[in-house]
Amino acid sequence: MIAQFGFGVLVVSFLVTLYSVFAAVYGEYKKSPSLVESARRAMLLTWPLLTLTAGVLIYLLVTNHYEVQFVYEVTSRSMPTYLKVTAWWGGQAGSLLFWSWLMSAFASIATLRKWDRDREFLPWVIVVACVTMAFFIGMNVFFENPFAQLYQGFDGINAHTFQPANSILITPDEGRGLNPLLRHPGMIIHPPMLYLGFVSFVIPYAFALAALITGRTDDRWIRLTRRWALWAWLFLSFGLVLGSRWAYDVLGWGGFWGWDPVEIAAFMPWLTGTAFLHSVMIQEKRGMLKHWTMLLIILTYSLVIFGTFLTRSGVLSSVHAFAQSAIGPLFFTFIGLTLITSVGLIIYRWDRLRSETHMTSMLSREALFLLNNLLFMSVLVVCFWGVIFPLISELFTGQKVTVGPPFYERAISPLFASLMLLMGIAPLSAWGHSTVTTLSRAIWKPAIGAIIITAVTYFTYTKNIYALIGFFLVALVILVTLYEYWRGAYARQKSQGENIVTALWNLTGRNRRRYGGYIIHLSMMLMAIGILGIELFQTETQGTVAVGEKISISDYTVEYKELASWDDNPRGVNYTRAVVDVYKNGIYLGELHPRKDFYFDSQQSMTIPGQRATLRDDLYVLLIDWEPASTTGTTFKIYVNPLVNWLWLGSLLFLAGVFIAAWPDSDPERVTVRAGRRIQQTSAADD
Amino acid sequence: MKRLLFSLTLAFLLTSFFAGAVFAQGSTPTDDEVNKVAKQLYCPVCESTPLDVCPTEACRQWRELIREMLADGKSEAEIKQYFVEHFGPSVLNEPPNRFASYIVPVVAFLLGALILFRGFQMWMKPSTTEAGAAMKEAKPVQDEYIAKLEEELKKQK
Amino acid sequence: MTETSTSAPRRGVPIWAQIIVWVFLLGLLTIVALGLNKAQNRTVTVQPGVVIENFTVPMYEEYQYSGMSEVSLQDLRGKVVVINFWASWCKPCEQEAAEMQQAWTEYEPTGQVVFLGVDYVDTPTSAFVYLKKFGITYPNGEDLNVKLKRPISDYFNIQGVPETYFIDQNGVLQYVQVGPFSSIDQIRAQIDPLLK
Repeated sequence: MIAQFGFGVLVVSFLVTLYSVFAAVYGEYKKSPSLVESARRAMLLTWPLLTLTAGVLIYLLVTNHYEVQFVYEVTSRSMPTYLKVTAWWGGQAGSLLFWSWLMSAFASIATLRKWDRDREFLPWVIVVACVTMAFFIGMNVFFENPFAQLYQGFDGINAHTFQPANSILITPDEGRGLNPLLRHPGMIIHPPMLYLGFVSFVIPYAFALAALITGRTDDRWIRLTRRWALWAWLFLSFGLVLGSRWAYDVLGWGGFWGWDPVEIAAFMPWLTGTAFLHSVMIQEKRGMLKHWTMLLIILTYSLVIFGTFLTRSGVLSSVHAFAQSAIGPLFFTFIGLTLITSVGLIIYRWDRLRSETHMTSMLSREALFLLNNLLFMSVLVVCFWGVIFPLISELFTGQKVTVGPPFYERAISPLFASLMLLMGIAPLSAWGHSTVTTLSRAIWKPAIGAIIITAVTYFTYTKNIYALIGFFLVALVILVTLYEYWRGAYARQKSQGENIVTALWNLTGRNRRRYGGYIIHLSMMLMAIGILGIELFQTETQGTVAVGEKISISDYTVEYKELASWDDNPRGVNYTRAVVDVYKNGIYLGELHPRKDFYFDSQQSMTIPGQRATLRDDLYVLLIDWEPASTTGTTFKIYVNPLVNWLWLGSLLFLAGVFIAAWPDSDPERVTVRAGRRIQQTSAADD
Repeated sequence: MKRLLFSLTLAFLLTSFFAGAVFAQGSTPTDDEVNKVAKQLYCPVCESTPLDVCPTEACRQWRELIREMLADGKSEAEIKQYFVEHFGPSVLNEPPNRFASYIVPVVAFLLGALILFRGFQMWMKPSTTEAGAAMKEAKPVQDEYIAKLEEELKKQK
Repeated sequence: MTETSTSAPRRGVPIWAQIIVWVFLLGLLTIVALGLNKAQNRTVTVQPGVVIENFTVPMYEEYQYSGMSEVSLQDLRGKVVVINFWASWCKPCEQEAAEMQQAWTEYEPTGQVVFLGVDYVDTPTSAFVYLKKFGITYPNGEDLNVKLKRPISDYFNIQGVPETYFIDQNGVLQYVQVGPFSSIDQIRAQIDPLLK
């Protein structure tokens, strides 16, 4: 009953989105503002409806309604309530609903703003948002119904929306339970964060299409959606970082990124999104390259949908892949439609996007930003090709191949190194004009500093050439960025008489985008330190030891002290826990407790490493069961990951940086109207 | 006496010969040596899981197979070849045909660089239109804020 | 930057560029569509009624056929061939192991039927353990097409193990059993009609 009610609300939402699309299109065609307003109201209705639908589903999840197929598949009695709630996005049907719910939320937020100056965009934004929602809700309604119930008929037990003839409703006693790997805090936040990123890119896309359709291709659409794009990019970045942290903590592979196709599917929109954030600045400062910026946002959204399609359709094999299902063809149609419409519109409006493009110097900031874009697009090509290559190979030669980490690492490292170099030069370059002379004058001090730091690293830490190049670039970027900060703060300090702290605060506050951006660059360099450390200097060892024996790695010694195994029946888990003592150069550092959790319902286990984290390195001890664990012979795998915690530290700073850059301030156009204060005007021009 | 000495010496030499032969065969390959090879392979049945971390029974057996092959003196390349013949080229972590995989990104980058360069050339041509001329005269905007502050700073010195 | 300038005649995207873009886009969509098609229809490439192509199996040492260390399908022409794909890590395979062996003891004396076990994605060591455990005596070999240096299971496009293929005396595939047999009667039901 309840399940069918939920389905009913879902169907109503579907119909409402369809109505919204037609009303908007027809209202625009008939130039009827009331029809368009009706479409807007209909769209605002979707969020309450979908919230109700989601509420029903969560209720079913939490109250163990195993006759509902989705509930049966992703929950079990031994799961705590909060996990049952988050199981909402633990399976295909539920995660599609989650996507639709987020979409309706964002679309509603976007439409609740004042539309006075942009009335002509409204119907098209509604159309794009509602067509997307209609597709996702439609997939739930027609193919992957989260409310389908289990019925036993002559052909066995199957899931149906409505009771078929000659069948009875089956209520299993217990559910299958969520894959243990997903029962981790990281896994609870990572999908929602990624979805937030993915879904929020729809709004800038909708505005871009609206601009193309209406022909209003001036900067207005960019101003409206720049902040959306930045927040979307924030969520996406954070989703990627969380996924990496989860993989590092829980998968037991000693790494944080596996170049799995689904990881790459989430990485690709991030690449174009980053390129977009830079290219947008060129458009605003120099009025150049509108078509390129437009292309980037369309590409970002297309990659989002494409990535979602790839992960769910079974086209690619991946640890992430949901089971393949009938939604593949439907998704494919949606992608085809999206790409063809977008490309068609851009070509149609190409001449309107043209602007007088003039550059006076190849070292000007816009030129360097374009180089930045070239590099990001090259990384994108590497990723895309790596993902598509097995498919093409299988189609042409009949043989499946795997494209793994070596390809990506080799192809992308030089590109990212070049990007880091740019990060060190571009802040010193001016919009419109820069020469070798002006740049060298600005850069020689940080460059010398970076060389000195690299030399010190050479003598004290490592002679590895790749690491040295990496550290040089990191040092260069950090020094240049700090130098920029210092310059501005110092000047402010002298002219305004502020002390250094206030100067820094006000400097950042008045130029949030620039200085927030610099903080982001700084944070990326911290992350680069972490990545260089773990990628170039990771060591690992594995061995089977009895109690009392030791394993050595790097300058650590790990001694196996004891083993315990016990059941936790209410939670349906068996824990096997080892205690090991850690010594470094003979000095006792403490205990670690690597563990294996075996879940009875899904018959799968999860390895929890014992970790000792410092800035210098991570000691990472895993209990692995090549042989069953015992006191006479337990197998441990130990990783030493140098510098890896800089990666996580950097990601926190990154959060801060994006918040600063994205923090809303008053509409810059209104600020210029304020008479008098030059400083206000220049800060507006800067923002 | 001589015969006893002779037999003892012979026995001694023979045992040391065999002992030496046993030692020459090498001890069982360590887990680390197995992992070094397994790292370069993917589990033939699981999805996207490298062979050195895959927890399934089947993977355990394959790692033991690698250990046996290493003990037999097989090289890394021979072991990888064996896996490719039995399980197909998808078991390697890189496509066997490297050229095909790298050529596209390299060409794409060069193409992009070419387009960008031509764009630069086009955009740096002296313009005849009004807007172009106005653009040339426009002062660099970005550093205005700091430049102004530094100007005032200089004035104060 | 408020307006776009000049009143010079506007050009759209040149035709050659449009063609390239559309060709690329449609090419990409086609590739993805084909991949999707493949993923959705992982059907058996060999259907009953088809003549099975010849292949050569390298046999395990104690499980050779007539003393041959390599057996070709061609050599078995004139007899009913039962090809059983299995693996030592495959639990369902264990369910049918006893029935398969019993059927072999029934049919071997007739000289009209050959049971050929093909060990799928496995290691010889664990294979022997499995074969000894279930007392299997019929010929068994590795899943490797000696000439093509590719797995035999690729050709049959098996979905998993166990899968059993019944081929008649003329080399024509008659029946595919996906999953384990539940009783020996099922095996007899496939072989007996072919022997008539």
